[in-house]
Amino acid sequence: MDPISCAVLVLGGGPGGYVCAIRAAQLGLDTVLVESGPLGGTCLNVGCIPSKALIHAADAFHTARRFAGGSPLGIRVAEPEFELKTMMAWKDGIVSRLRGGVYGLLRRANIKVVSGIGILRDGKTCVVETDMGRQEITAEHVVIATGSESIPLPGLPFGGAVVSSTEALAFEDMPKRLVVVGGGYIGLELGTAYRKLGVGVTVVEAAERILPQYDAELTRRVMARLGKLGVDVLLNAKAVGLDRSGPALRIERGDGREQRLPADKILVTIGRRPRIAGFGLEELDLRMSGNAIEIDDQCRTSMRNVWAVGDVTGEPMLEHRAVAQGEMVAEIIAGEKRSFDKVAIPAVCFTDPEIVTAGLSPEAARAAGHAVKTASFPFTANGRAMTLEAEDGFVRIVARADNHVVLGLQAVGQSVSELSAGFALALEMGTRLEDIAATVHVHPTLGECIREAALVALGHGLHA
Amino acid sequence: MPERVITLPDVGEGVAEAEVVEVPVKVGDPVREGDVLAAVMTDKATVEIPSPAEGRVAWIGAELGQKVAVGSVIVKLDVADSTAPARKEQVTVALKPTPAPRTAPDATETEAADAPRAPQPAPEAARPREHVRSAAPSSPPAKPAERPLAAPVVRAFARDAGVDLRFVKGSGPAGRILHEDVEAYLATASRGPLPAYGLVRNTAVEEIKIIGLRRRIAERMQDAMRRIPHFSYIEEVDVTDLESLRADVNETRRRDRPRLTVLPFLMRAMVTALRDHPEINARYDDANDTLHRYGGVHIGIAVQTPNGLMVPVVQHVEALTIWDCASEVARLSEAARSGTAKREELTGSTITITSLGALGGIASTPVINAPEVAIIGVNKIALRPVWRGAAFEPRKIMNLSSSFDHRIVDGWNAAQFIQKLRSLLEAPAKIFMEA
Repeated sequence: MDPISCAVLVLGGGPGGYVCAIRAAQLGLDTVLVESGPLGGTCLNVGCIPSKALIHAADAFHTARRFAGGSPLGIRVAEPEFELKTMMAWKDGIVSRLRGGVYGLLRRANIKVVSGIGILRDGKTCVVETDMGRQEITAEHVVIATGSESIPLPGLPFGGAVVSSTEALAFEDMPKRLVVVGGGYIGLELGTAYRKLGVGVTVVEAAERILPQYDAELTRRVMARLGKLGVDVLLNAKAVGLDRSGPALRIERGDGREQRLPADKILVTIGRRPRIAGFGLEELDLRMSGNAIEIDDQCRTSMRNVWAVGDVTGEPMLEHRAVAQGEMVAEIIAGEKRSFDKVAIPAVCFTDPEIVTAGLSPEAARAAGHAVKTASFPFTANGRAMTLEAEDGFVRIVARADNHVVLGLQAVGQSVSELSAGFALALEMGTRLEDIAATVHVHPTLGECIREAALVALGHGLHA
Repeated sequence: MPERVITLPDVGEGVAEAEVVEVPVKVGDPVREGDVLAAVMTDKATVEIPSPAEGRVAWIGAELGQKVAVGSVIVKLDVADSTAPARKEQVTVALKPTPAPRTAPDATETEAADAPRAPQPAPEAARPREHVRSAAPSSPPAKPAERPLAAPVVRAFARDAGVDLRFVKGSGPAGRILHEDVEAYLATASRGPLPAYGLVRNTAVEEIKIIGLRRRIAERMQDAMRRIPHFSYIEEVDVTDLESLRADVNETRRRDRPRLTVLPFLMRAMVTALRDHPEINARYDDANDTLHRYGGVHIGIAVQTPNGLMVPVVQHVEALTIWDCASEVARLSEAARSGTAKREELTGSTITITSLGALGGIASTPVINAPEVAIIGVNKIALRPVWRGAAFEPRKIMNLSSSFDHRIVDGWNAAQFIQKLRSLLEAPAKIFMEA
């Protein structure tokens, strides 16, 4: 096949890669995207999107089951049932609609998509083994967006009963007992969803609490809810290995005691790591930062005109970070002056209740040397929350004590993920408590709690 | 906790003191056995001082750039090992014999007056610690860790205009920087008519500690210029014939032979010219009032390398053919550039050539590579109109800018020597006839 030469070669069609390609094309750069799998990457195909679909379905079923015994709302339903196959097909339908959308966007932007695994030969040349033969591509700029992969647990390799989140999003039969190894957000989201679908779920976490990177004030609500839902959470517990006698996981508790957890599926979600192997990246000898490609604040790697965006550059491995990076890299290549100067990269756990964080937690703000004012406003005092049966949780605001500039916003509660846009905007704009207090918030909404929290911080809360 | 005292070990070769060029640890830092506590530079090598034990740095007695004597205390460690008695520690050191540069800023290098000297500093020693201090025209920068408060669109505007927002005073609430503030900053920073968009004053002042290699260069330059009464003599040489000979020879040379530059011709011409001027091919031990005149001609070639200037030496040029000269120059320059030159290849020159011709320049006043007494500088070859009896003719003219130690070489002798060189180079056949 004739070699292709282009201005920008994007290696990887996940959110970081395809957004970079679209933006580059918008700016008039001749762009080629190489992807071996379906477009959309982890997020769209085996991550955020299918998991949110499953969580919604599980919530709906769970609500129906709650109503089966009668409810304060006066609704009573017959014992509900669900068909896993239909549920999965509905989820797959959403994924394929979005994926089709990505293909359409790339086509409209005149981006050439080459299907196959791209191997970088050097910082300018990529060889792709396609169905039609070997395709060589040379580019002035190479953007590495190869993403990340689940980390297997030593002694518990993926296969058989041991699955990663990818397989857990596409079970063909409902497991009776599911053991989740790793109490991070991925494990808890899926574990909660399957519990709500009636599966017996045990979470095994090596640390002394779940969601270790979030502060305890937030995670306490999730922990309590897991208990109410009947999810067993074993803290300070380590997975040791499979027990072959029956499908079961052997674990070691904090006191050294071994325990056997019967399970027909074991979901390992101990984290994700940058996907480096298999793209010729080792040969490029790029400078690494741990197991991720080292980048500067413009996503430049140690090699000239070789860029890296998204999960392959390390934590935080979040879709919206990858997108912001990809967009920026395209603009820099096109000659614009940009750098990654975001005040905050907000993060959401779609647990029950949901957690959203943006900016600094009170401890992190104090650790950074700030004198802080911090205030929370509970959903128990919010009308909308009551009408949604969503009174669990609160909104918290962290501001500098001296000039009231907002440093962080966090919330835990049902549907609080939707508050993240406002949180991020407040932080990027450099608002003060007074700005939020003086902004009209719609009644009755959960968002009112943001203003109320600001008022409390200013010492004149109206409803607290 | 017991304390262990780390002193500067005997780094060998009779060295009594060494300069501290690196202290990668701070008081309070935990260190493991083998971690580097400090690096010192002697005349011969850079020596890393490893930690003999695991512990915590309790005290650092060595400052960057300080000269410390062998046996003096450099670092004190608090060690966890309770069985270890408090004692002085003479650590074994990893000597890095660096093919270190003989260095000088302008193609020469000076040496102490004793015998041919060993190479010294390691490349990393040349890296200065930089302390950036900046000042702003309108206001001092905010506390360093603080991020300027500005909306994304204002940040983008500032970046496009080349403005560092840390220097802009914000007029908004809580010092928030507004679009207008950046515009105002651009206007005041220019003072007077508006400059081209995006040009701003740079008022940064950098403080760079001169240590290690650079300091050695500075000391030697100063020493050479203070002790040696230099005089420079500049003459133009018509190299038209030499250049056509060179072009011809390069065209028709055997495959295995190197391409000839002007340098090998100059080297061979110097061998011939020095026969009548043995006092110029010499090293002057001024402490003992002794001039060492050498039978062999050992020509130092100034080479710019990534680590600074080095002067590898082509030994016994009198015994080399012009092809050998060319090969040796190529080999030694490459070795110097890649840092693989051996110590003996960097010492013992009796006269030095410095060539800045490639960069242009019509004359220079090179500093003598002490204890030598002369240095020959080669300037660029330029096509110039020359009156040749009947008409102006285009001729290739090259200047030789040379410096001599007037204590040893009189102006008359120096001029004679250069004139001899000129006559040889202008009629290059003579270089070989008189060889």
